[in-house]
Amino acid sequence: MITLPKAEYQKILEHAEKNLPEEACGLIAGRIEGADKHIEKVYLLTNIDHSNEHFSLDPREQLLAIKDMRQNGLAPLGNWHSHPESPSRPSEEDKRLAYDSKASYLILSLQDRAKPVLNSFHIEGVDATNEGLVIE
Amino acid sequence: MIITVAGNKKEVKDGLTVAELIVQENVETPLYVTVSLNDEFVENGAFESTTLKDGDTVEFLYFMGGGC
Repeated sequence: MITLPKAEYQKILEHAEKNLPEEACGLIAGRIEGADKHIEKVYLLTNIDHSNEHFSLDPREQLLAIKDMRQNGLAPLGNWHSHPESPSRPSEEDKRLAYDSKASYLILSLQDRAKPVLNSFHIEGVDATNEGLVIE
Repeated sequence: MIITVAGNKKEVKDGLTVAELIVQENVETPLYVTVSLNDEFVENGAFESTTLKDGDTVEFLYFMGGGC
């Protein structure tokens, strides 16, 4: 299970909506307790691809985020990105570029703008498992 | 000499290059790693020619991207 505070979810949603029609992206950090992950802080980064079909995190912002995590005693847990026009599931490109099998990959679908869907996935090779995200 | 890697101080041999550090640190995806040295990014082509000095701070940033 992986948990996300509602306020942090709102940050993701607002950033993703603000960046439409482009994909939005960022990092997640928090605590690991046994098999569970608890996201405590969401980082909103720039998609340097500026595309509605691809994303790459800005490495300079990534560096600042990692330093902030360290200063605040947070563990890096993975990343998040939005799918402006497709479902909340990893695409083939998402799987191919998921180099860290320990990371959680959150995908926010804005396909139905009235009903955003956010899921978290464990990705290993071509296999993606829904981690059961709980927004609380 | 002492350098800081990902926030941890480490003793390494004098004259260690960034490329050697990548091997020493068991970086899993070296082709997709960006290295910052004292907050400046090192060009990928310069890993072998960049020698570390005592007191340097190194961060490994793993490429994160995808599609839709």
